[in-house]
Amino acid sequence: MSNFETVIGLEVHVELKTNSKIFSPAPNAFGSEPNSNVNPIDLGYPGVLPVLNEEAVNYAMKAAMAINCDIATDTKFDRKNYFYPDNPKAYQISQFDQPIGENGYIDIEVNGETKRIGITRLHLEEDAGKLTHNDDGYSLVDYNRQGTPLVEIVSEPDIRTPEEAYAYLEKLKNIIQYTGVSDCKMEEGSLRCDANISIRPIGQKEFGTKTELKNLNSFSFVQKGLEFEEKRQREVLLNGGEILQETRRYDEKTKETILMRVKEGSDDYRYFPEPDLVPLYIDDAWKERIRKEIPELPDARLARYVKDLDLPAYDAGVLTSTIEMSDFFEAAIAAGADPKQASNWLMGEVSAYMNKQQVEITDLKMTPEGLAKMIKLIEDGTISSKMAKKVFAELVENGGDPEKIVKEKGLVQISDEGQLRDIISGILDANEQSIIDYKNGKDKALGFLVGQTMKATKGQANPPMVNKIILEEIDKR
Amino acid sequence: MSLFDYTLKELQEKLHNKEITVSDLVEASYNRINEVDDEIQAFLTLNEEEAKQQAKQLDEQLGSDASILYGVPIGIKDNIVTKGLRTTAASQILENLNDPLYDATVIEKLKDEKTVTIGKLNMDEFAMGSTNENSGFKKVRNPWNTDYVPGGSSGGSAAAVAAGEVFFSLGSDTGGSIRQPASFCGVVGLKPTYGLVSRFGLIAFASSLDQIGPITRTVEDNAHLLQAIVGHDKMDSTSANVEIPQYADAFKQDVKGLRIAVPKEYLAEGVDPEVKEAVLAALKQYEELGATWEEVSLPHSKYAVAAYYLLSSSEASANLARFDGVRYGVRTEKRVDMLDMFKQSRAEGFGDEVKRRIMLGTFALSSGYYDAYYKKAQKVRTLIKNDFEKIFEDYDVVIGPTSPTTAYKIGEKIDDPLTMYVDDILTIPVNLAGVPGISVPCGFSKEGLPIGLQIIGKHFDESTVYRVAYAFEQATDHHKKRPTLGGDK
Repeated sequence: MSNFETVIGLEVHVELKTNSKIFSPAPNAFGSEPNSNVNPIDLGYPGVLPVLNEEAVNYAMKAAMAINCDIATDTKFDRKNYFYPDNPKAYQISQFDQPIGENGYIDIEVNGETKRIGITRLHLEEDAGKLTHNDDGYSLVDYNRQGTPLVEIVSEPDIRTPEEAYAYLEKLKNIIQYTGVSDCKMEEGSLRCDANISIRPIGQKEFGTKTELKNLNSFSFVQKGLEFEEKRQREVLLNGGEILQETRRYDEKTKETILMRVKEGSDDYRYFPEPDLVPLYIDDAWKERIRKEIPELPDARLARYVKDLDLPAYDAGVLTSTIEMSDFFEAAIAAGADPKQASNWLMGEVSAYMNKQQVEITDLKMTPEGLAKMIKLIEDGTISSKMAKKVFAELVENGGDPEKIVKEKGLVQISDEGQLRDIISGILDANEQSIIDYKNGKDKALGFLVGQTMKATKGQANPPMVNKIILEEIDKR
Repeated sequence: MSLFDYTLKELQEKLHNKEITVSDLVEASYNRINEVDDEIQAFLTLNEEEAKQQAKQLDEQLGSDASILYGVPIGIKDNIVTKGLRTTAASQILENLNDPLYDATVIEKLKDEKTVTIGKLNMDEFAMGSTNENSGFKKVRNPWNTDYVPGGSSGGSAAAVAAGEVFFSLGSDTGGSIRQPASFCGVVGLKPTYGLVSRFGLIAFASSLDQIGPITRTVEDNAHLLQAIVGHDKMDSTSANVEIPQYADAFKQDVKGLRIAVPKEYLAEGVDPEVKEAVLAALKQYEELGATWEEVSLPHSKYAVAAYYLLSSSEASANLARFDGVRYGVRTEKRVDMLDMFKQSRAEGFGDEVKRRIMLGTFALSSGYYDAYYKKAQKVRTLIKNDFEKIFEDYDVVIGPTSPTTAYKIGEKIDDPLTMYVDDILTIPVNLAGVPGISVPCGFSKEGLPIGLQIIGKHFDESTVYRVAYAFEQATDHHKKRPTLGGDK
């Protein structure tokens, strides 16, 4: 972007996976029959009142702490008023001027450089229902999602490239997943992102007019939408045009952003304090209790892998890039696997398999204990690295105990010297010409003899031992 | 003499002595309704079949440990949600809410006590109004003179008790909606301390002010009904977790040495001379009973009406937004797009007063006006609360009239909402401060219309309020008078 600088801020909504909803006892679950997880409170029925689910507050605090926010001591809820069929009370209970978390940050890495992105605020609110528009002109509403606890995380306008936006989202998702408060599945809507973008001539202090991008259904669409938008804005400005404050939709097919509506002034949601709920006071003891529940986060794990396990930074980065991978790795080590071997397998064969099959590590039949056991079998010489590939193929596909697999497939390595010596003696007796050839300097003959031995043992002979014994036996003759 | 002229205690004695049955009581209730409700228009929905069946069951199950409310016919204001029994808040927009999904907490509590719900009582639409002329269905009449309003918004609740259609009733009070109609109809009505009675299942008008309360013929019965509906409710975050006294214990004590505060603003210009006279006579009565009274000031009460209409309308504008025709209630039959479906359903479903307050509240909350209106009104509210707290440092109760006037003629003030708003000046400060207040009969005007005495107490000190009300009631005969209705002649 020569001459222009891009300024991006992201608003991310994350659904919290509490057992019940934020203001009603109805279950909080994805994928149920429409309107089955609702009670009169979710329907905004006459006379109902919200009651705050403390678990939702705990989860929001955890998320806020994990992204380094200050946690409010005095906080409260407010009504955000707007009419829409998926919003049953015609107001959303949200937080206006006293969010639960403020002034946080996360560190991202782009092109080998670390950059800190500020978090303006994290606030707690309720999710809305879901509309389905039918062809017959009617729309259907499903209120299952209504009342799902939601945190909105607003970044500072610190992001300068679409690539940084992508890295920010990956990192944010990773951190939140580590805390365990959300699955952060964009395809299920448990993580959603809107992006604000503007450009300005390099050196200018004031922000340019921003546009807001919606309908960004994956991180790469966020990146692509932003890339399109910065190009579009630059062209408009270079052609003497003016950027309007617009909401634009990213179209996945055309890979363009499309105008939804021009914003005139700001929306007036007529916020006021929710009179049905009492203000929330979060004392230090409560904060401390939650802080202690936060597990080791990805940056800390990465550092520990490098320092204590002696892994290369790159490998440690890959291993910690998702909580599932990292937890698998941790469990494998706990089961006795050598960290370096476990890391190699996870980054190599395991990742290759996941990519090929398009599955997640949690979908694998292989357990961390299974991987650990297989690594030990290699280490103690029970199987060769070559055999291990066969064991792995079976293990990853069908699970089970590696030792059993080795036995059932007859993969045990023959390392018994006496047994090998007998077999090799027989082979040497039958191939006297090869001994002569070898003694005459034809190295190839040795390869032939090793091959014959492996053939006779169906590949189970311990290769270094075979080599050693053949040479010894030839010397004797 | 009607069965409903007895007290709760007397009724229970008769029930246990088998002099009467629950079925007799329920029968008496429906007979009276058939007789006079064409005149009074207090009921919107009757629960006759269910109630009679329940009465039979209660007669069979009557045990010696039955509660004092056992089998007593009650009327419920129509903004309190009753499972399976039509609940409309007297609004056309809920005209078809025939089978509500749940019971309000107070209804659950009454079911535990085995009262019999006779029907749902008329009111000003969504409790907005002080005459019942804002009902979306029909206008309640004052039993003392059917040319006059019964007051509001719990006009149906007060009129039904005064006319002897039910033994007692539940109303709700946001700015005087229990006390003022109780005053106009010559019955006893209490607005409890904010948070004492659960609001779960009360169709919200102004959440920070609304309270459900009992309307009865006597103070003692009022205390018994209150006892049944109070208590912390985990479904209402604003419900208080306080220790609940036995309110009936209050009646064991007299009022000797009691210190009464009378705000000069409560007997100022604008208060009808007849009303003032009746209140002064009541104060004299208290002197005779051994209490003392002094004039005090509620300096910020002059801002109360303005603050109240800003706060209550602001909250109402959000509370009533859910009536959009999407999930329940009436949806416009016009084939329109989504936005017009909202607009048209609400335009058709809401009455003028409700629309007026929604617009007022929407305006007051709008960006740029919020600080000047809503926020400032909240500050006034704090000042008024402080005024009361200061008075209660030196006095046990505050006494004044409930309303500046007796009931007005139907149609007299309906086109002048501002004057009508100002008439709430004596009840509104009580809601803003969150303290309890009761209205008890203290006389009649020359035209034969009841006058109400308002007794205001400290937060959660309903016991003292009852004690003071009871002492006066026992020393006077106002509560024994009954209106004459068509069938009585």
